[in-house]
Amino acid sequence: MHPAISVIFFTVTSGAGFGLIAMIGAGMPLPNGLAAAFFIPALAGLLAVAGLISSTFHLGHPERAWRAFSQWRSSWLSREGVLSVITLILFGLYTLAWMISGERILWLGLLIAIGSALTVYMTAMIYAQMKTVPHWHTGLTPLCYLLFSLTCGYLLAAGLNGFASGASSPAGLAVVAIAIAWACKYAWWKQAETTSLEAAGSTMESATGLGSIGKVRLLERPHTGENYLTHEMIHVVGRKHAAKLRIIALALGAALPLLIALGVWAFAASTLWLVLAFIVLMAGLFVERWLFFAEAEHAVSLYYGGREA
Amino acid sequence: MTSLPQTTDKALGLVIDLDTCVGCHACIINCKEWNTGGYGAPLADLDPYGTEPVGSFLNRIHTFEVSPDNAPASIVHFPKSCLHCADAPCVTVCPTGASYKRSEDGIVLVDESMCIGCGLCAWACPYGAREMDPVENVMKKCTLCVDRIYNENIPEEDRQPACVRTCPAGARHFGDFSDPASNVSKLVAERGGIDLMPEMGTAPVNKYLPPRPKTKPESASSATAEAVTEKPGGFLGWLDQALEKLG
Repeated sequence: MHPAISVIFFTVTSGAGFGLIAMIGAGMPLPNGLAAAFFIPALAGLLAVAGLISSTFHLGHPERAWRAFSQWRSSWLSREGVLSVITLILFGLYTLAWMISGERILWLGLLIAIGSALTVYMTAMIYAQMKTVPHWHTGLTPLCYLLFSLTCGYLLAAGLNGFASGASSPAGLAVVAIAIAWACKYAWWKQAETTSLEAAGSTMESATGLGSIGKVRLLERPHTGENYLTHEMIHVVGRKHAAKLRIIALALGAALPLLIALGVWAFAASTLWLVLAFIVLMAGLFVERWLFFAEAEHAVSLYYGGREA
Repeated sequence: MTSLPQTTDKALGLVIDLDTCVGCHACIINCKEWNTGGYGAPLADLDPYGTEPVGSFLNRIHTFEVSPDNAPASIVHFPKSCLHCADAPCVTVCPTGASYKRSEDGIVLVDESMCIGCGLCAWACPYGAREMDPVENVMKKCTLCVDRIYNENIPEEDRQPACVRTCPAGARHFGDFSDPASNVSKLVAERGGIDLMPEMGTAPVNKYLPPRPKTKPESASSATAEAVTEKPGGFLGWLDQALEKLG
């Protein structure tokens, strides 16, 4: 699949934003005071909204994006749009109440945390529902999205609390969170090795219905140039460098944040360092998400010569 | 509404005869000609005379080579357009309601004024039946020439999809699959019409007729020329011997 920058930015950034919103809502310790009550939710909202706005950049008609709120009964994309807006509105009210009273309303926060997690789940389901892309069509896809989102949110929330608290104990849980999230991604990668169009029963023979006669090979494409389908769904560059890019993703997204979090925990350092861990994790996730798209094979490639297309 | 209808009154679609198709691309040309001036936005081409031409088409012809175990390979021209699936995944993913399947005849259509051009329906389709128009930025797909088949302003023989009307080989047939007595239902029954990628669970309406088995020569050896075994005589015999001596 074509790895569109706007969609990579959307899934990573709004994932992190909703992760932080979930952590704030769930009542993670954060600095007190009006500045904290404004800037921390503003950062969370900014990440979530920047991601959502970026997702409209790949639309052919962004001015009609509001129409996407209408089909929540059948479409995951529509559901995600609706729930993200509801969650953000509730989060705005929560923030307003926090700024005015200095108190965080726990029941509303928990509701927002559930809304955030469900929004991320729905984002992932846009991809996981695709039978045409066997790599994505697994329950591990939403699990990875959710774990990365919550890990991003936890690192950032624990990091920002470093302004108020000297306790380094949250770094221990950060280590666990990073390890669990990447363990899930490792399982996803392992599964992707055994899932393919062929394993799902789709071959050039089933695509053409000519399998009962013999082995099928593409002799000629319908046209000499490229088309929308080959641009959008037949992307082979990612597969070529997949191994190297995985190492880069693991080094930035897993090894470095783990080292930082372990360091904070071992040396009882300030959890402010976890903000740095968050930034390198995000960098790693951009590479991971690029691979998520670039490595994925779409069934239509079978009409364009299969793996060699 | 992007929920699919439980049932459709008719199931209009195409039968494509892979035995008969000669790969002339006439159906593509007539499809583009009719649909660029018909339903919805025109079908654009970018850089048509340049080095990287791209454009939107509702129908494309691939050419495959199929190699049986015990016979020479043969060429199969393979026209492909929307299969108007009964369980169309492109419809349910649509976030705006622009994509829909009609309950009266089963045609899958896009209301272009509601399409936001997100491209998700094209991802959901295993057949590559949907293409984004590069100029209008809305999703284009086969309409089964909905503006021809019911059009009382054109002669009756023209009230069928442009691709069917133009096919010089008679490889394309249009009809109602819900009627067992229709021309298309009979063709499918007689010739063993098949679904493309049935494992995707899309329940396509369009059916493909596989190529008829090729007549095979009586014995395998007669398929290739016999090796020359007899010794030539006369001048050729002398030449043969003389050249042999030269080593």
